[in-house]
Amino acid sequence: MKAKDPKQKKEKKEPEILIREGDSGNHNEPPPEVAQAAEVETSPPGRTGLRASIDFKARGEPFVWIMGGALALGVLMIIGFLALVLWNGIVTFYPGPVEVVTLKNGQRIAGEPFRSESFRPSPEQMKRLDPETRRIIREADGFAHRTLYRIGNFDVYNEDFKWAVAHQVAKTETPPGIFFIERREWGPFIGFIKTLTLDGRRIPGEKVSLDALYVAHDDAVDRREAIRSIEVDEIGAINYYIEEDRLALRRTELDYGKKSAEYRAEMEKFERQTKERRAGFAVLKKRIAAINKEDEKYKVTLSEIGGREKRLRLSEIVRIYPANNLSFFGKIGVYFSRWGEFLTDDPREANTEGGVLPAIFGTIMMTLLMVVFVAPFGVITALYLREYAKEGALVSIVRICVNNLAGVPSIVYGVFGLGFFAYTIGVGIDQLFYPERLPNPTFGTGGLLWASLTLALLTVPVVIVATEEALTAVPRSMREGSLACGASKWQTIRNIVLPQAMPGIMTGLILAMARGAGEVAPLMLVGVVKLAPELPFDTFFPFLHPERSFMHLGFHIYDVGFQSRNSEAGKPMVFVTTLLLITIIALMNAFAIMIRNRLRRKFVEGQF
Amino acid sequence: MAADAVTTRLQDEFEATAYHPVESALGSVIEIEDFNFWYDEKQALFNNTLKIQKELVTSLIGPSGCGKSTLLRSFNRMNDLIDGIRRDGTIAIEGTDIHNPRVEVIELRKRLGMVFQKPNPFPMSIFENVVYPLRVDGIRDRRLLEETCERSLRDAALWDEVSDRLQDNALGLSGGQQQRLCIARAIASEPEIILMDEPCSALDPIATARIEDLIAQLKEHFSIVIVTHNMQQAARVSDNTAFMFLGRLIEYGETKKIFMNPMNVRTSDYITGRFG
Repeated sequence: MKAKDPKQKKEKKEPEILIREGDSGNHNEPPPEVAQAAEVETSPPGRTGLRASIDFKARGEPFVWIMGGALALGVLMIIGFLALVLWNGIVTFYPGPVEVVTLKNGQRIAGEPFRSESFRPSPEQMKRLDPETRRIIREADGFAHRTLYRIGNFDVYNEDFKWAVAHQVAKTETPPGIFFIERREWGPFIGFIKTLTLDGRRIPGEKVSLDALYVAHDDAVDRREAIRSIEVDEIGAINYYIEEDRLALRRTELDYGKKSAEYRAEMEKFERQTKERRAGFAVLKKRIAAINKEDEKYKVTLSEIGGREKRLRLSEIVRIYPANNLSFFGKIGVYFSRWGEFLTDDPREANTEGGVLPAIFGTIMMTLLMVVFVAPFGVITALYLREYAKEGALVSIVRICVNNLAGVPSIVYGVFGLGFFAYTIGVGIDQLFYPERLPNPTFGTGGLLWASLTLALLTVPVVIVATEEALTAVPRSMREGSLACGASKWQTIRNIVLPQAMPGIMTGLILAMARGAGEVAPLMLVGVVKLAPELPFDTFFPFLHPERSFMHLGFHIYDVGFQSRNSEAGKPMVFVTTLLLITIIALMNAFAIMIRNRLRRKFVEGQF
Repeated sequence: MAADAVTTRLQDEFEATAYHPVESALGSVIEIEDFNFWYDEKQALFNNTLKIQKELVTSLIGPSGCGKSTLLRSFNRMNDLIDGIRRDGTIAIEGTDIHNPRVEVIELRKRLGMVFQKPNPFPMSIFENVVYPLRVDGIRDRRLLEETCERSLRDAALWDEVSDRLQDNALGLSGGQQQRLCIARAIASEPEIILMDEPCSALDPIATARIEDLIAQLKEHFSIVIVTHNMQQAARVSDNTAFMFLGRLIEYGETKKIFMNPMNVRTSDYITGRFG
C-alpha cells in the first residue's frame, strides 16, 4: 500500500542543533524530505499463501497483541483497585436510612442495612423451615437472600451486626422518629429519644425539637472539649513539669550521690515545687468538677427498639441525627461532619472510630524526615560513585551491592533498624545523655527518628541509582565549558552539574518517598504503635520529639482491619484510611513533581 | 584510498615540516616542541613542533581525525580529563612549560579562554554566564562583575543585543548569540590566548560571518588559535595556518602562501579538495 502512494514521504527529523541568528529567522530551509522507498511489499502473485504466513510472523503482530494485552491488564488492575478504594472510601461516611425489620417470630431489628447477599441454606436449616418457605427456596435453586444490619447498641446486645433472612422477614419499615446516635463509648446507638433533660427540665421524646437538641448538644460538646483541654493541656503540663523535676533530682543523684549536700538541696527544691504543682492540680480538678456538675443537668434517655432504656449525658454523644428524617443537605452535612472528625480527631474505641489525625501527622512527619535523611546521603554517595571514583571492578561491585539492597525484604530493614539504631545507638545515647530516665528508654526503643532512618536506608538505593543516571545525563559540553573557565572539579559539580541533575535527583526522591510512605512492615519494629499517647510534636521544648513512638496510616489500616474487635465494623474504616493514605502520598508526590517541573523549566532551551 | 599507502608515502615526505610562518613583532606565545600524544595505545600526535605567534590568528586545518583538536586541547590541558592518555615533549606558554608540576591547571585554564564547537552556555542568566570565570575565583564585588560583564559583552559584539535582558536565561538566545556569549565568557577572565574549536560549525552563514568579524577585532588584544574544517574561513580570518595530517604537522606557514602556493604536495592536495 505504501508503494502505491508515491506522495507518502517521511519527514526527516529536524537536526538537533538548528541554530540561526535571531534577526534572520526567515532563513530556514524547508526540511529535507526523503522519499520512503523502503518497506515495499514485493510478493509475487501465486505464492501469496506462503508469503502471507511469513509476513505475519515477521511483522510481529502477535507480539504487539501480547504486549498491548499485558499493558491493558496492568492498567485495568490499577484502575480497578483505585476505583474500589475510591468508591468504598467515599460512600462510607454517607448516612444511610435505619430500617426496622419485624421478623415472623415477632422479633424486631433496627439497623442500617450494611450489605446483602444470596446464600444457600444448609439442609439442617431447610428442615427447620416451614413448607411454604422451603418451596420458595427450592424454586430459587436452593438460594435464599439475606441482609446484614448494623444494629449498634453493643452495650445492650453484645453484638454489632445481625443477619435478617428474607423469608423470615414479615415487615420492613423506616420510622421517621428513629435516631442514629454516635457515642463516645460503645459505638452507635440506634433507637428513639424517650426523654431529654435540659438544665434539669424533662421534655418527653415526642416534644423534643431538633433545633433545641442540636443547640444543647453543641453546648455539651463545648463542655466536653473544655474538660478535655484542661485534662490534656493544663494537667498534662503540670505532669510534664513534675516529671522534669523528678528527672533533675535523679540527675543530681547520679552526679553527686544520694548523701551529698547538692542532692539534699535539690530534694528540698523538688518537694517544694511538687507541692506547689500539686496545689495547681487541685484547682484544675475543682474546675473540672464544676463543669461536670453543669454537664450532669443535660441528659438524654434513649430506648432501643425492644424498649430497653439507656441514659447518658449529651456530652457523651458525638453526633445525633434522625436517620430517616434527613433532607439531602442534612445528609451532606452529616457526611462532611464525619469527614471532619475523621481528619482532625484522635481515634476512639480501639481505633475503629474517631479520627486519624495522629496517624496522618506521623505518616507525613516520618516521610519528610526520611527525605531529609535520604536526600543528602544518596546524592553524596552517587556523586562520589559517578564523579570521583575511578571506574573499575570495585565500583562495579559497589554498584551491584547498592542495586541488590533494593531487593532485601523490608522486614529485614526493620530488624536491622531495631537492632542497630534503637538497641545499639539508641541505648548508647540513653546512657550518655539520659541516664536519669533509665530504666525507661528514651532513644533506646523504636521512635520517629529510628523509623525515618530505617526507611532512609531502605530507599537509599533508589536515590543513588536515580542520581547516578541524572549525573550521567548532564552533557559533557557543560562540564568542559566550566572547566575551561578555570573552575575546579568541585566548582563544576557544585555550579553546573548538580543544578542540572536536580530534576533527575528529584525524580529519585519522589520514588523513594512513594516507597517509604507506603511501607509498614519495618515500621512495626522500629516505632509505630497502635495508639501513641503523645504526638511527636508539641508545645514543650524542643517541640519536635523524634524519640517518641508514633502512629502511621499504613499500620492503622492493618490494625483496624485485622486486629480490631469486629472486623466487619472496621472494614469501612480500612477503605477510608487507605483512600486517605493514597491521597496523602499522591499529594506529597504532586508537590515534589511541581518543584521538579519548576527546576526543569530552567534548563529547557528557549525558542529562537 | 588505501590508508597504508598514504602512510608510507607520507612518512617519505614527512622528513621536515614546511615551516614559513609570519613572525609577530611580539614574538611567539605558545612554543610546542616534539609533542607526542597517545590515547591508550593509539598515537594521535607525532613530533609536533611549532611556535604560535603572539596576537595573530593561527588556524589549524586538516581532515577529520588528524589531531588538530587534540593539539588545541593540549594547550589548556583539557585532555587531562580523559583516562588513559600519555604525552611527551613540551608545550610552553610565555616560556613556562605547562606540564611543570608547579603549574596549577586551574590557573593555566584561566590564561587560555576556550570556545567550543557547540555553543555551551550554562543554564543561568546571561550575566552569570559571562562572569562565571570571576565567580569561580570567588569575586563578589558587584561593580567589578558588572564592569567585566559589559566589557566582555561589548568585546564579543553582543552588548547591544542583550544589554536590556542580562537577567534572562542564556538558553533563550539564538545559536549565534549563544556562541558570542561563550566568547564573552572566554574573554571575561582576560586571558592571553583564545582557543576556538570549530566555533562556527554549528552556525548558519550569517552568524558565522559575525563570529569571523569578531575574531578580526579580538586579535588586537588576544592571540587566537582556531581549529576549523572550513578552508575559506581559515583563509579569511587567519594570519598563519597549520596543516595537519594523521597526527603530523605537514605545513605551517603564512595563510596566503599556504592557500596560494603550498610547499608540500599533501597540503596542495587537501586545499584543492583532492582528498579530505
